[in-house]
Amino acid sequence: MSARDIILRSGTSELTPPAQARHAVDKVAKLFDATLCTGCKGCQVACSEWNDLRAEVGTFQGSYQNPMDLSSECWTLMQFHEVMDDNKFHWNFTHTACMHCDEPSCLMACSTEGAIFQRADGTVDFDADKCIGCGYCTTACPFSVPKLSPKDHKAYKCTMCSDRLAAGLEPSCVKTCVTGALKFGTREDMLFLAEQRVAQLHANGKTKAGIYNPAGVGGTGMIMIFEDITNPEAYGMPKDPVVSKPNTLKQDWLKPLGTAGIIGMAGLALVHRIAVGRNRVQEDEQNNGSEE
Amino acid sequence: MTNHWIDIKNADVVVVMGGNAAENHPVGFSWVTEAMQHNNAKLVVVDPRFNRSAAVADYYANLRSGSDIAFFLGLIRYLIDTNQVNYDYVKTFTNASFIVREDYGYEDGLFTGYDPKTGSYDKESWFYELDDQGYAMVDESLEHPRCVWNLLKQHVDRYTIDKVVNITGTPKAQYEQVCQVIGATHANNKVATFLYALGWTQHTKGAQNIRSMAMVQLILGNMGMLGGGVNALRGHSNIQGITDMGLLCQNLPGYLKLPSDKDVDLQAHFEHHAPKPLRPGQTNYWQNYPKFFVSLMKSFWGEAATPENNFGYEWMPKWDMQYDVLRYFEMMKQGKVNGYIVQGFNVLSSLPNKAKINEALAKLKFLVVVDPLAVETATFWRNKKLFNEVDTANIMTEVFRLPTGCFAEEEGTIVNSGRWMQWHWKGANSPKEAKADGEIWAGILAELKRLYAEEGGALPEAVAALDWQYVNPANPTAEEVAKQLNGQDVATGRQLSSFGELKADGSTACGCWIYTGSWTEQGNMMARRDNADPSGKGITPGWSFAWPANRRILYNRASADVNGNPWDKDRTLMEWTDGKWTGIDVPDFNSKLDPQASAKTGFLMQPEGHARLFANRLMAEGPFPEHYEPMESPIGTNPMHPEVITNPAVRIFADDKAQLGDFEDFPYVGTSYHLTEHFNNWTTHSRLNAIAQPQHFIEMDEVLAKQKGIANGDWVKVSSKRNYIVTKALVTKRLQPYVVNGKTLHTIGIPLHANYEGLTREAYEINSLTPYVGDANTQTPEYKAFLVNIEKAEAI
Repeated sequence: MSARDIILRSGTSELTPPAQARHAVDKVAKLFDATLCTGCKGCQVACSEWNDLRAEVGTFQGSYQNPMDLSSECWTLMQFHEVMDDNKFHWNFTHTACMHCDEPSCLMACSTEGAIFQRADGTVDFDADKCIGCGYCTTACPFSVPKLSPKDHKAYKCTMCSDRLAAGLEPSCVKTCVTGALKFGTREDMLFLAEQRVAQLHANGKTKAGIYNPAGVGGTGMIMIFEDITNPEAYGMPKDPVVSKPNTLKQDWLKPLGTAGIIGMAGLALVHRIAVGRNRVQEDEQNNGSEE
Repeated sequence: MTNHWIDIKNADVVVVMGGNAAENHPVGFSWVTEAMQHNNAKLVVVDPRFNRSAAVADYYANLRSGSDIAFFLGLIRYLIDTNQVNYDYVKTFTNASFIVREDYGYEDGLFTGYDPKTGSYDKESWFYELDDQGYAMVDESLEHPRCVWNLLKQHVDRYTIDKVVNITGTPKAQYEQVCQVIGATHANNKVATFLYALGWTQHTKGAQNIRSMAMVQLILGNMGMLGGGVNALRGHSNIQGITDMGLLCQNLPGYLKLPSDKDVDLQAHFEHHAPKPLRPGQTNYWQNYPKFFVSLMKSFWGEAATPENNFGYEWMPKWDMQYDVLRYFEMMKQGKVNGYIVQGFNVLSSLPNKAKINEALAKLKFLVVVDPLAVETATFWRNKKLFNEVDTANIMTEVFRLPTGCFAEEEGTIVNSGRWMQWHWKGANSPKEAKADGEIWAGILAELKRLYAEEGGALPEAVAALDWQYVNPANPTAEEVAKQLNGQDVATGRQLSSFGELKADGSTACGCWIYTGSWTEQGNMMARRDNADPSGKGITPGWSFAWPANRRILYNRASADVNGNPWDKDRTLMEWTDGKWTGIDVPDFNSKLDPQASAKTGFLMQPEGHARLFANRLMAEGPFPEHYEPMESPIGTNPMHPEVITNPAVRIFADDKAQLGDFEDFPYVGTSYHLTEHFNNWTTHSRLNAIAQPQHFIEMDEVLAKQKGIANGDWVKVSSKRNYIVTKALVTKRLQPYVVNGKTLHTIGIPLHANYEGLTREAYEINSLTPYVGDANTQTPEYKAFLVNIEKAEAI
């Protein structure tokens, strides 16, 4: 893995910068199996330790969840949801961090060249040096993941521990997970494991179990297994997340339109030059001549 | 644990009850999820709260805190009624067939021999009928009316499902379902494991809670099996080591006994603690008690311990009564204690009835606090508005603080729940003036020796003779101490490899006989890190050292039937083939004996060689468990026997009795527990833990919250007869009201991580609420079931 493996960069108009053709890079994914998670927050704390994050010591807010939301100082958070379903009570825990979408809304919304980029392994990362703090990514994300720092006004989120990945290690959250609820590997492998596990859950009578890998964002680099896939809201996840409409509009229509506009303007200028500009010069010359 | 952490993966059914493994043992719980994923195991959780363990469970049943024994006696009745008893196992390995004395009896909540004046039993009749050779009489047909099996049947017959759920408040369908799932493991090829912790011990009948479960495991044939056993999950990483090393008021290392004043000399002590066999052909392992005891004396006093002076027996303190920590603080409160050294123990935040602890500490002349943290105990004299309102000017106690290092700042060994002694290495130096505990004690001892030598005093010999031959006497190394615990041949200094080598003649010295084999002539066995698992069953004999004798699963003779054939081929631990024993673990029996002879001594620590469904005279409140209400009962009666409501053998001091609350003033069941985010009163000092769980709260059900006008996150006042706390409320579906004896009851869940000296938000400590009374055997305080009231409060 190297910086040259970037395949998408924000704020640029290239459709897709070519990936390095020298070697093939497999897409990676985290697999979060909610049916094995005990909500121990080991992942949350490991993330803070590895990335040197220290949120404020908050207050009790009526839940085991703490802090209540992701922030520039909290990139991984356990969500706690109490749910009644078919008269059966469930206490659902959700490992919440960047989903590393295949079609990242944040990247598309970003106004600044190269502040958000996607690597060939599918992970989406932010470059704080380039971030101007406009906050477009925070509103564009269908999972509300990126957050602005009140200190430097730049946007931050989970990097999938890109520094660890570069050294051939798994993300720190996966490293610390003890129940096997978090796994890491190629997307292909994680999907294979997920399908096996779902089949086991079905065989054990949990027939609503399924894989959360929403197509509306092109699939994600964090794949989840829920006991009830028909109701991801019960885990605090949106049912059908999509790349936000203003973004698609901007990327697919406005930007090309803008480009077309520029080209059009250039064309017009040329026409003008040919059709009008030369005449004007002539007029001038005529005027000059008349003065002489 | 009779088994060990990895072995949980071999279970078909994992029962978490009297504990909350996912919450409090999140790392070890990985073996539960392993069993669920790869052994298709079913997880059963029984708890007053739908907790983190319940969140991933296949079956959950609610029960009222303090009603576990009724739950189990009903389960035993159900197993007998539905013929889900492993009779072959029960007849071979338990004392079911043993005949009990004619004068033994039970009636209306009391066993024979009760003296209401002393509140204790004369246990004479709680024993087997003996023949003229002193052996217990048995009836292998189980037909004798006084054989243990028939007495047990008669004892549990009262616990019908309807009566049980009337006591426990468990919805009947949930109870029946759990009975069914557990009962299915009576089959030879199905095994259940039980994981428990303080949810069972912190009751006035805690030891009997655990016994009830152990009886179920015997009836189902799940003891000595891969994936089975009785598995106490230790809360602190070295609690197993603490009990092994005898840090209990009547113990010495290796579960030897601290002599009492009835043991007038060494011979009397041996007579009381080295039993005679109760059946012919017994291994009766405790007959070796003198070898272990004399070797311990040699380890204490070295050359000064000789046969002539009874190896220093006269220097040993002899107890006249049980000086447990509750008794000790009662004495302190009465002004009978001058000084107190408290090490790694935040007593002010931990012992019940904080006001009493404050009062007791203020009576001391001096207090020494040995701790890595700035704990509340060390500042018990400081007035802290709301949280510690004391009259500082009138407290004369002098406090000394001796900062210690943490476990990661020294090398040594930690014994885990599965009895593994795992060596660990130093990770960092201690900050500033902090010293390792061993160095602190070496310094105190040096000063004591000097003072006794110079000034004399009562019994100076015991201190003067104490053997202290370390390279640096001011700071013995972990290696030196570990070798001493393992034991040596005195003449040659050779490290022993087995406690079978210990002698009662003073030729061997050993600091803890069960640890023999941990540091042999081959080196430090505890530092071994070979995780090879040839059997695939998680035995890993080359990883660290498991006491005793590197044995991973205790009572493993019971994994095979009377003829030495494993009950389940897939769970072969020990097998008799071609005239000899083979197996994947170290045999827990005399492997020179043939199957029939060894089966008679399968539980070799017992003088009858059989596991006890009937406990004889070992327990304070009876040879069979019986349901008693918590000392503060939310129903004020005992549906089984209204005349005997609570455990009749409980010891309670007069002042504390007067401070027991009534269900009319305090109608709700308070129960305390830990959260994953914190460890006792320690991690409230750690920033990452404080971020993950920043402030104290209590939990309550939605129905009660509505009645009281309390919304989620509101401030509430929780009060008991002792005192009150003000904290925030979490209103949750995870707690549900339940009906007991016709009355709707509510549980108030009280996490115990509440401190005012740490990094979390300042909080009232919850031991302000808890009652000062303990289990009748162990004196472990009743933190899991007491009465409280709750009301909405102003913010603090």
